[in-house]
Order: sequence, then C-alpha cells, then structure tokens
Amino acid sequence: MTPELLSFIILAIISIAAAIGMITSRNAVYAALFLILNFGTVAVMYLMLNAPFLAIIQVSVYAGAIMVLFLFVIMLLGAERLNERETRPVMRWHRPLAIVLGAFLLALALYVLLTRLGQSTASVNVFGAGPLEIGLQLFGPYLLPFEVASVLLLVAMIGAVVLTREK
Amino acid sequence: MAPILEYTLKSIVLLLIGAGGFAYMTLVERKFIGRLQSRIGPNRVGPFGLLQPMADGLKLIVKESITPAQADKLIFFIAPAISVIPALIIFAVIPFGNSPWLNLAANINIGVLYVLAVFSISVYGAVLGGWSSNNKYASLGGLRASAQMISYELALGLSLVAVVLMAGSASLNQIVQYQHPGNILGWLIFRQPVAAVLFAITAMAELARSPFDLVEAEQELTAGFMTEYSGMKFALFYMSEYVKMIAMSALFTTFFLGGWSGPGAQDSWLLSLIYFGIKMLVCLLAIVWTRATLPRFRYDKLMAFGWKVLLPIGLANVMVTALLIVLRVPGYR
Repeated sequence: MTPELLSFIILAIISIAAAIGMITSRNAVYAALFLILNFGTVAVMYLMLNAPFLAIIQVSVYAGAIMVLFLFVIMLLGAERLNERETRPVMRWHRPLAIVLGAFLLALALYVLLTRLGQSTASVNVFGAGPLEIGLQLFGPYLLPFEVASVLLLVAMIGAVVLTREK
Repeated sequence: MAPILEYTLKSIVLLLIGAGGFAYMTLVERKFIGRLQSRIGPNRVGPFGLLQPMADGLKLIVKESITPAQADKLIFFIAPAISVIPALIIFAVIPFGNSPWLNLAANINIGVLYVLAVFSISVYGAVLGGWSSNNKYASLGGLRASAQMISYELALGLSLVAVVLMAGSASLNQIVQYQHPGNILGWLIFRQPVAAVLFAITAMAELARSPFDLVEAEQELTAGFMTEYSGMKFALFYMSEYVKMIAMSALFTTFFLGGWSGPGAQDSWLLSLIYFGIKMLVCLLAIVWTRATLPRFRYDKLMAFGWKVLLPIGLANVMVTALLIVLRVPGYR
C-alpha cells in the first residue's frame, strides 16, 4: 500500500465520519464543528491532488469565513438545541421529498463513479496549478460564468441591504 | 526520508522560538509599558527581572484548573489549543533570512493566501472558548471576537492584494526579493503607504489588542471569552495572543519593511537574520506603544470604522494600484 493510498483512506474515513457526525448531532454547534472538520479534510484532499490553491481557498472561504458566520448566528440566537415542539416538521411532505431527491443524487453519483472508474484523472491535474493559471482560466474561457456568478452575488448583497434597512 | 526530517526539525525549532518569544514578549511588554508610564516594571525575579516569565509559567502550571459545572467540557478543553495552533503555524511561510534553512516554506506561491486562510480560522479559539464556558460575559466576548475579526479580515486582505499586485507574486520570499534588497526606498511602506497603514490597523484589530480589545474589555466583560479559564488553559490563550503579535510583526516586516534585506544581507545569513530581528522588534514595540497610548474604541464605532472607512479605502487603494500597474507608471513594475 502506497503512503498516498493510506493517507487517502484515513482522510476519507475522517471525512465521512465528520459528515455523519454533522447530520446526527443534536447540538447545532457540534454540527457546525463537524462540518468544519469535513471541509478541512476536503482541503487536504485538494492538496493531495496537487491543487494547493484550491485547498487554501477551501480553508479560508468555507472553513473560515462561512463557518464563522454560521457559528456566529447559532450562538447569537442561542439556537444550539431546539426542543421537540420546534423540531416537529411543519411541512409534512418535505421529508419524503428529501428522501427521493437524496436517493436520486446518490444514484447519479454512483452512475458517474461506476462509468468513469478506471479512466485517467488527467483532468484533475489541469487544476493542479497556482493562482496564475486559475486566474487566466477564470478571465479567459470561463469569463461569462464568472461574471454571472459575481452579478448573482451582488444581487444577493443588495437584497440583504434592502431587507435590513431601517424604515 | 531526509526532507521529512528536515521539515520536522525546522518546525520544532519554530515552535520553540514561538513559545520562547511568547514568554519574553510578556516581559518586554511589561517593562516597556512600565517605562512609558514612569514605572520600573518587573525587576525582582532574577537580574533585571529576566526570570519573571519562568516564575509566571511555573505559577500557571501549578494553579488549579477549574472547569465550570455547566460548561461544555470537551470544547472548553480544546478551545485553548484551537486558539494557539493557528497563531503558531503562520511562521511556516515567513522568510527569516536569505538562507534556505532560515525558513520552512517561504517559497510556496500561495504564501499570502495561506496567511489569510490561517487568519480566517484563528477566530475559532476565542468563539468556542466563549461559548463553551456557558457564561454571559464569555459568550459576549466570543461573539464580539467573531464579528470583529470577520469585519477587519476583509480590509486586511485588501491591503495584501495591493502588496501582491506590486510584487507580482504571492510568495513571501518573492515579495522580499522584490523590495530591492539594499535600497530603503524600495520598501513597500514607501511605495504602498496606504496599504501599510491599513495592514497595521487591521492587524491590531485581528490581534484584538487595544485600541481594539473589545473582546476582553475589562470594564464591561471582565475578561471576555477567557473569563472562566484558569491555569495552563488561560496561559494558552495568552500565548496565542503574543505569538500572533510576533507573527503579525514578522508579516509587517516581510510585506512592508523589506523583510531580511539590509546592507550586506545578500551575502551573510547572520546579517539578514539580525536585520529581520531588529525590524520585527521595532514593530513589536510599536504595538505595545499603541496599547499604552490609545483608549479603547466604542463597539459600534469599531464596526462602522471597519466597514465604512477601512474597507472603501482598501478597495480604492487596490483599484488605484492596479490602474497604475496597467498604465506602466514608473515604479509600479
């Protein structure tokens, strides 16, 4: 067993355990911490795929900025534990729907995994590059999606400003 | 196996320097603030009080470690460690001198991004420590810490964007090389003064040191998120503050004061290390000096200052710098 495979297996176990821990935690702060651990393992996987730039972005955006905000809101509202009355589903149809959609996603992922198994992972190495190469890609072939995403973010930001503005 | 051994040894040395630097930085701060306030400062333990940090450390080790009954035991226990680890790992990308063995990974081309990523996770220690204590003061301190650090991180990042634009590289070693070793006017503090001031202010806010120490404002919050901590756990929170102070000074030196450069530093690793140390010490003393001089911000003013003053200035600075570089103005690459 190569060291790479060994470290991948260890990482994968931690990652899946953290994901399971996140959805089974009764305490929202613990759930958030498990999610941070999961993001951290994903970042290490990017590192193993020769994509240090993506790994660092994963840590600073997801594990850093976004999860700090999540924790901030959970703690500010004191919403670590919800009592039984509050956790009772309001919409009766959303659990079955979630199961169906989840099964669909799992089937799709399995299909892609099984049909692509054994193919080369060369496409991954295209992203195994520094900030310069990724920047050139973003502002070259992927300019339109990039601009669309930034307009979307701007709209969301304006929406937040409008919602919180005092009358 | 050789590279692993090399990195392990270097890491151990860096950690030891971080711990030793923490111990003696507390003494330097107490002495310097004492002098600024016309006092003498600690001078009883050992010659000139040089053994004071040992005495403090011994006292904290033998002190009883109290855990509040209603605390979240696990998180209360690991929060100090979560707080101190980001502070220590910043040193990995700092070039302490011109020799390859005076740094750990200063040549990686995402060094600046690494620094920003470490800052963005460094708030967890304070937040979790405050929350797990199950104490109102501690919780408020933790909340303030997260709000403050999220707000000031943006301006900090923008000040570094200007530096990266100038140097054309996000590797800390390249940034030092870019600042024309040997020529003081090449330092980025002279060519990016706005970014330097922005970095200095936001770094102080990231450290949660006065005038930005609302996280542990004594009059309102006793000791903020550290209220319930005692003994070695308390010492770890203190350590993370001082190690971060040293790291911030090292970063300011690297980004704006030409790093290890100086007359003759190209040829001698010892000189480069000495220059780096002197510049870093000046930054550290400036941080202490600020603490002894300025009163604390009011909380709403702090938020307004970060979002309405520092962030627009940072954005404008990045735009102007980028424009000057695109127009190929002399001095801007």
